[in-house]
Amino acid sequence: MNEILVLAEHRRGELREITFDLIARGRQLAEKAGAELVAVVLGRGTDGFCATLAQYADRVLVVEDDALRDFNSEPYQAVLAQLISERQPLLTLIGHTACGLDLAPSLAVQLDAALVTDCLEVEIDGGKLTAVRPAYGGRVRASLQAREATHRIATIQAGNAPSPRARDSAGEIVKLQSPLAEEMAYKKLLEYVDTAAGEIDISQSEIIVSVGRGIGDPKNITLVEDLANALGGVLACSRPVVDKKWLPKARQVGISGKTVHPKLYLAIGISGAFQHVTAIKGAGMVVAINKDPKAPIFRVADYGIVGDLFAVVPTLKEKIARAKAGK
Amino acid sequence: MDIIVCVKRVPDLAEADIVIDRSQRDIEKDDLVFDINEWDNYALEEAVLLKEKLGGTVTTITLGDEDAEEVLRRALAVGADNAVHLDDAAFAGGDAYATAKALAAAIREMPYDLVLAGAQAGDDGYGQVGATLAELLGIPHATLVTSLEVDGKIARVRRELEAGLEEVMELGLPAVLTIQTGINEPRYVSIAGIRRVARREIDVRKASDLGLSAAEVGAAGSKTEIEKLSLPPAAQKGDILEGSTAVVAEKLAAIFASKGWLG
Ligand SMILES: Cc1cc2nc3c(=O)[nH]c(=O)nc-3n(C[C@H](O)[C@H](O)[C@H](O)COP(=O)(O)OP(=O)(O)OC[C@H]3O[C@@H](n4cnc5c(N)ncnc54)[C@H](O)[C@@H]3O)c2cc1C
Repeated sequence: MNEILVLAEHRRGELREITFDLIARGRQLAEKAGAELVAVVLGRGTDGFCATLAQYADRVLVVEDDALRDFNSEPYQAVLAQLISERQPLLTLIGHTACGLDLAPSLAVQLDAALVTDCLEVEIDGGKLTAVRPAYGGRVRASLQAREATHRIATIQAGNAPSPRARDSAGEIVKLQSPLAEEMAYKKLLEYVDTAAGEIDISQSEIIVSVGRGIGDPKNITLVEDLANALGGVLACSRPVVDKKWLPKARQVGISGKTVHPKLYLAIGISGAFQHVTAIKGAGMVVAINKDPKAPIFRVADYGIVGDLFAVVPTLKEKIARAKAGK
Repeated sequence: MDIIVCVKRVPDLAEADIVIDRSQRDIEKDDLVFDINEWDNYALEEAVLLKEKLGGTVTTITLGDEDAEEVLRRALAVGADNAVHLDDAAFAGGDAYATAKALAAAIREMPYDLVLAGAQAGDDGYGQVGATLAELLGIPHATLVTSLEVDGKIARVRRELEAGLEEVMELGLPAVLTIQTGINEPRYVSIAGIRRVARREIDVRKASDLGLSAAEVGAAGSKTEIEKLSLPPAAQKGDILEGSTAVVAEKLAAIFASKGWLG
């Protein structure tokens, strides 16, 4: 069918932001291809989601089932595989998120579909799927093309799409019978756990001084902490610092940590990976200190210092102390 | 408990100048330093930790050219019992699907209760091989695993979601789990340790040994192809402060002061 399918992602009763990225992307593609934009909602008690999505999509397909209440790749895959085989959409868009990563690859195998993951840009032209995606941790861009296949799936990186435009009138909501027969025994969700809660909520801070893997050794962290104190800010960090257990998870900035909106975000020895910088978009000013002039962090920094943090940080602390003392 | 762990040798680009090669489809790799993929290193450690706790074997497998052997040696030094190297010119240029297909063909013939892989590789970053492999093997999977306990025929795992949230799941074994960084603290491997396993035998297999034709693997067996690589625009958003350390620190302090942040 001449449809672009978009999988709505929701968690704990809320549609996730990525859904709107997918809708916006899907709309652009649908317009170009003269196709319809179709949102797919899998869940339980989804009336609110459907009403919201119908403002944007030409059609909302809903499958309700207890097994779909929370995301689980197994029932999701079973339902989507059937839906996609029946409808033969031009393209199916899924978020490149924890859900999408768990779902898209095995779904693609079941459907014998061509899959491109973590796309920044996607085009579908005469049934041919091409995409631009990052490689080498975002330091290279790769243009890919999918070979001829019956089905095409792309997972889309979060946070790069414009806001979706509402339709003049609400799209149609179509309830479909759940194809799930018996309970699937393989994979069960037991509970959600919040690991980022802790002694401090860095997302409330106005000034954040953040340290990355460039710090090299946990005993050097006091250097950065001293600077944070001099600025009256809080100490935060990138993921590797938490992975190595040098600082607690509550201090991690990024897609799997905290999203922050300080007036100042000072990144020290942080390269600027997508998963990190996507969470500092709301910062008033970003300053980076990094010895690598090509570090991607400089692409988002308002001010940058190219240099060795072990020289720059103590000097900066001293200058700040002096300025504060009015000298 | 028999565990298989998939590993990949990737270039470490931390301090490297990246140059796109003449084919435009790859980067110049001659001057790069290579190592085990960061995520796979955590997967390897997790496999060895499980073996130390529950007994059994760890078999490590990689697909790659002859240089890829060094990550297998490393895995043996860490504690893997066996090493399998899928090495054939026909495997070259494969996408995540083609790679998973070759891995699946090899793994299908081995005894296993659990297959571990990295959640993604630092080079291609597809994040696709582990779950693709699971589906090809017809077993369940969980991606982005941050903790793992095995209890008989059940694995209880935590999967990382966004914003610090994790989900606790149970899976029936055998299963494929893709491992996220931070799940453990990978042990240090000394050169001497690697030297000690220099003579251990590595099981090298070609596509034909796996019952696969050249058309089914590598670039020919892929569902996607790279048309072109490019370097993202170096566009700097803001100002790079120039001068000696003292000068740039002074400039930055002055900027902070002008904002009224220095009280
Ligand atoms: C699913 C998923 C979720 C993720 N979630 C997050 C997340 O929430 N948060 C996060 O941060 N990352 C996250 N990551 C990891 C992310 O991809 C990067 O690996 C990580 O952000 C890199 O951290 P870094 O910049 O500190 O380290 P690196 O990339 O290693 O960068 C270190 C930097 O320090 C610089 N440096 C080294 N020495 C010095 C010196 N002496 N002086 C000055 N500079 C120096 C180097 O030039 C380099 O730029 C996630 C990844 C995945 C796959």
